[in-house]
Amino acid sequence: MGKLNLVQAIQNALMTEMQLDPSVMVLGEDVGREGGVFRATEGLQEKFGPQRAMDTPLAESGIVGLALGLALNGMRPVAEIQFDGFMPPAWDQIISHISRIRTRSRGRFSAPLVIRIPYGGGIRAPEHHSEATEAVLVHTPGIKVVYPATPYDAKGLLISAIRDPDPVLFLEPKRIYRAIREEVPEDPYTVPIGEARLVREGKDLTMVAWGAMVREAEKAADLAAQEGIRVDLLDLRTLSPMDDQAFISSVRKTGRAVVVHEAPRTCGLGAEIAARIQEEAILQLQAPVVRITGFDTVVPLAKLEHHYIPSPERILRGIRQVLAF
Amino acid sequence: MKGFFDPSILEEVEMLRILGPEGTMEEELRPPELTDEKMQELYREMVFLRLADQRALNLQRQGRMGTYAPFMGQEAAQVGSAAALGEGDWMFPSFREGAAMYMRGVPMEAIFAYWMGNEAGQRFPDEVKVMPISIPVGTHPLHAVGFALAAKIKREPICTIAYFGDGATSKGDFHEAMNMAGVLKAPTIFFCQNNQYAISVPRTLQTASRSIAQKALAYGFGGIQVDGNDLAAVYAATKTARQRALSGQGATLIEAVTYRLGPHTTADDPTRYRTQEEVEAWLPLDPLVRVRKYLEKCCMWDQEMEESVYAFAQEKLNRVVQQAEAFPEPTPEEIFIYTLEKMPQRLELQMKDYLAFLKELEG
Repeated sequence: MGKLNLVQAIQNALMTEMQLDPSVMVLGEDVGREGGVFRATEGLQEKFGPQRAMDTPLAESGIVGLALGLALNGMRPVAEIQFDGFMPPAWDQIISHISRIRTRSRGRFSAPLVIRIPYGGGIRAPEHHSEATEAVLVHTPGIKVVYPATPYDAKGLLISAIRDPDPVLFLEPKRIYRAIREEVPEDPYTVPIGEARLVREGKDLTMVAWGAMVREAEKAADLAAQEGIRVDLLDLRTLSPMDDQAFISSVRKTGRAVVVHEAPRTCGLGAEIAARIQEEAILQLQAPVVRITGFDTVVPLAKLEHHYIPSPERILRGIRQVLAF
Repeated sequence: MKGFFDPSILEEVEMLRILGPEGTMEEELRPPELTDEKMQELYREMVFLRLADQRALNLQRQGRMGTYAPFMGQEAAQVGSAAALGEGDWMFPSFREGAAMYMRGVPMEAIFAYWMGNEAGQRFPDEVKVMPISIPVGTHPLHAVGFALAAKIKREPICTIAYFGDGATSKGDFHEAMNMAGVLKAPTIFFCQNNQYAISVPRTLQTASRSIAQKALAYGFGGIQVDGNDLAAVYAATKTARQRALSGQGATLIEAVTYRLGPHTTADDPTRYRTQEEVEAWLPLDPLVRVRKYLEKCCMWDQEMEESVYAFAQEKLNRVVQQAEAFPEPTPEEIFIYTLEKMPQRLELQMKDYLAFLKELEG
């Protein structure tokens, strides 16, 4: 098959899985007739009808609660929340029920469902359309949290998520929905949940990123390469469960680490990653772990958001800082 | 003003009552399958459940059970609704539905074990079509709607029933569940036990609606207010709601008007918010008393039978308590193993480290 961008790869994964398994369905606001505001569910209602590509009333908690009920009765729902900033009403259902039903029923029930959420800034959108809230999700036991950064991974990870026996939150970097095109096989394939990807190999420092920040980290690594700095760049791909051995073994080799995320810094995942590095690689560590992140503020609107979201230049500054220590 | 409507147009919601407090039956409203024999059978269950509830309170006072949420006074609402369900229907209870859950096959010893703090009590037998207890108020009716929609997609002839109290109707998720069920025509029964209080807050402070039942109208489906202490009315309303669900007419909201004779939970002191006179005014409406009076009138019950059913129930409860207390002690591993199907490596490390710590303690 030809080259696809990230949102096309997601649509392709949904189409593929719905064809293979009649219990797979999508639901959410505008996912049916409209094909999703980003077109991730385009063509599904035409092909599978309004029951398997279900337009729902405008209610985030309702969509996610409904998805749990559907999953409890044998469906494999893929719910869409239109924008990350509208997640808080749905958190109650995720934190209070979806993540707990396996424990609460002592393993009798599980919630094999996926919640797709376009996340992050950089698309010049109104308030509540640019959030990165992974720390809240990763802090919740009983769910998996996946962040694809490329079209190939998006399809393979989404198929894994749909087939997973546990609930998976699938956070899509909407900023790069159409920024990258790459070869995506037509046939179904999976990319395993819980395995990081080595984006490029280098000996001087370890850089950890996920989602939309992988692309910015790559640009920063290019800039660093011009200065003769070789970066070991890891795309985590899954934040829960996290492939920490990937960055720990990398840091054992390089001795230095930079973590990049667009979420606020305090109690962000950068802190968790730094903690795990010091737990397991302190003897190899030659500098404090540097975090390049958003600020402890709400995400600003279009005119200021480029200050908030880590840029390649800001990441490069962090690279220089960790090497200069 | 033209077009403006006043809430008074909805004020006349008539409460269905079939079996009155004196044990008189409105025969023309009585569902034919609710025979005298069936009434007798359900009365025995109600006695057992009343005593089970009291036993739980006693166990809590003796320190043998944790916090417990009693259902005394609500036996007709729970027994009548559960008895009207079909074999394949699924129940989504909140935390005060011990009676309804028992009627659907959850062993009483499992219910007791759960309130004793043993989570194994929430693992019901595979054939029991009851979801685990949901503690957050009003968020689980959505699951009943989703489950019912899946049944509709798969063309399974079943319905779901979600139980909640009057307080839950104030929650946003109650609105979302009702709205979703209306739009998507879900075969779901919303069963509200309006027991007059959400802990201390009275029904009048939960909603300015004259009734809870009338809320169904705004969501585009049917509703009914029933005397929740009337076994026959609750049974009839639930049966009808079920038939409506299975024939494609969608959801129904049932408001069962009842009264919580006990505290909210064993941690609550109801004298702080209601008078003894108020409680006493509800005693003649006791759901057990009227069934007994009816059965006595039909010569299907007498003092001897009453004594023997009480004795039998107490003996059965002795076994229940024994079995609940004999539930295997949960192991620390059980904290970890149900989080995900396959335990992540980090979690496994946490578990192993903690188990090693316990070993160290033993010396």
